Amino acid sequence: MTRLINNEDGSDLMVSDAAGQIALPAPTLAPVAVPEVGTGKPARHGKSRWPARLDLLQSATGLFLALFLMAHMFFVSSILISHDAFYYVARFFEGEFFLGKPYPILVSGVVALILTIFVAHAWLAMRKFPAGYRQYRAFVAHKNNLRHGDTSLWWLQIWTGFALFFMATIHLYDMLTQPALIGPYESADRVWTGNMWPLYLMLLLAAELHASIGLYRLAIKWGWFDSAKPNLSRRRLRWAKHGISAFYITLGLVTLAAYVDLGRAHVDKAGERYVPTHLSAPAATGKH
Amino acid sequence: MISILRRRPKPGTPRRITLRILRHNPADPASTPHQQDFLVDEAEGMTLFIALNEIRATQDPSLQFDFVCRAGICGSCAMLINGRPSLACRTLTQDLGDVITLAPLPFFELIGDLSVNTGKWMRGTSERLQTWVHNDAPVDLDALEAPMAPADAEAIYELDRCIECGCCVAGCGTAQMRERFVGAIGLNKIARFRIDPRDTRSDEDFYELVGDDDGVFGCMSLLGCHDVCPKQLPLQTQIAFLRRKLAIVGLRGD
Repeated sequence: MTRLINNEDGSDLMVSDAAGQIALPAPTLAPVAVPEVGTGKPARHGKSRWPARLDLLQSATGLFLALFLMAHMFFVSSILISHDAFYYVARFFEGEFFLGKPYPILVSGVVALILTIFVAHAWLAMRKFPAGYRQYRAFVAHKNNLRHGDTSLWWLQIWTGFALFFMATIHLYDMLTQPALIGPYESADRVWTGNMWPLYLMLLLAAELHASIGLYRLAIKWGWFDSAKPNLSRRRLRWAKHGISAFYITLGLVTLAAYVDLGRAHVDKAGERYVPTHLSAPAATGKH
Repeated sequence: MISILRRRPKPGTPRRITLRILRHNPADPASTPHQQDFLVDEAEGMTLFIALNEIRATQDPSLQFDFVCRAGICGSCAMLINGRPSLACRTLTQDLGDVITLAPLPFFELIGDLSVNTGKWMRGTSERLQTWVHNDAPVDLDALEAPMAPADAEAIYELDRCIECGCCVAGCGTAQMRERFVGAIGLNKIARFRIDPRDTRSDEDFYELVGDDDGVFGCMSLLGCHDVCPKQLPLQTQIAFLRRKLAIVGLRGD
């Protein structure tokens, strides 16, 4: 490749100065491929491929978690249909309909996978956090000056993501260690008698906001759903984002309210396992 | 401000606007950054370019700011207008409130008051990203120039409309935190040379220039660049396109 000026040490125009502008050295191109010692394979002296892979991985893990979250919300909200509906969803994931009897360890397995992807995503996304006070101040000042929707949304994403480090971990650990205790009474008791509802409330808001902003950002970042006019596609994506946030937060709040309601009604018998309608003799329990 | 709520002056009396300008001369050790108010009677069709020149001509000849073309082509007059990067020559005072704050573009070296040395950064970025046609084929000056597909020429022309004003870098949250980030302008230039059929560089070569967290993978898609670009360049789509192409290089490995 040709170079405009033959100055091997970078441009003398680019020396750092009193205003704090840092030197931007021109990269040395046309690397000479020297055979690696021992293997005889020519070594590549170029840039590492890992920034690209890490960027892809961050997007892929985020996409997976967001889609999982959406599916998860539908499973959990089956309590709104009936107690039995949620009971069967829970047994389904324990493999009862394939293996003949429930194996809660399967749920632990799925949770372990989610936890792994969650930790990977947190680690990858953390690279983008402001590092140190100077970067933090610079971004906050910039955000407040610019008053720009997408810039401010990112700040919300940072903080909801930060909150998820802790809140989602508590929930995931709970599910990992007690996979058998997922059912209408079991979950409702956890929510109310187990005092988990404040956590679930905050977790719901943080997770749904983080996921919908993240999906929106993914579409922008990789150019999905592009139209001929970028501003038009962006407007559509923004509406989709608002819609997803509103729908899932509403569904989540209603679902949480249903569990709180059930948990309060069941407080005297907290710890009792749920028995589905077709197994419970109506005369014995008096309900269902 | 919502225009319908704005107090309208009586017809015939010009509105009196306040330009609140951040003043500082880094060459003067005694100078400290401070804001100074200037009152100007608004004229019809007045741009900030006209207002600033009036201040310099009638109130304070020491006020520093840059202008060349006064038509949104040279890119010299970019500044923070009420906190947002924009071109002063293309901003009508009638679209703004009674108090207009002006500050120099952040990120770039300050020359004085509203004047910043964008050229120095642009030059450095150009050298760093090698933004010129790379072609080692011997040139035959007697031969006809190879034709270019009209669609390619149009696409190049579209991206070449960049005036290097620096608004995109000043509007970029990533660049505020990480000074080595090439910004939308750098990525746009790479996208431009990638289209150019005369440029023989491959995606692997472009990866060497912007395939890291200072380049396209550092972009967090905050779109400040896209939204403040005074030339309405399609920066959002260009960066997404480049990201897809260079991600493929990353996946291919060597």
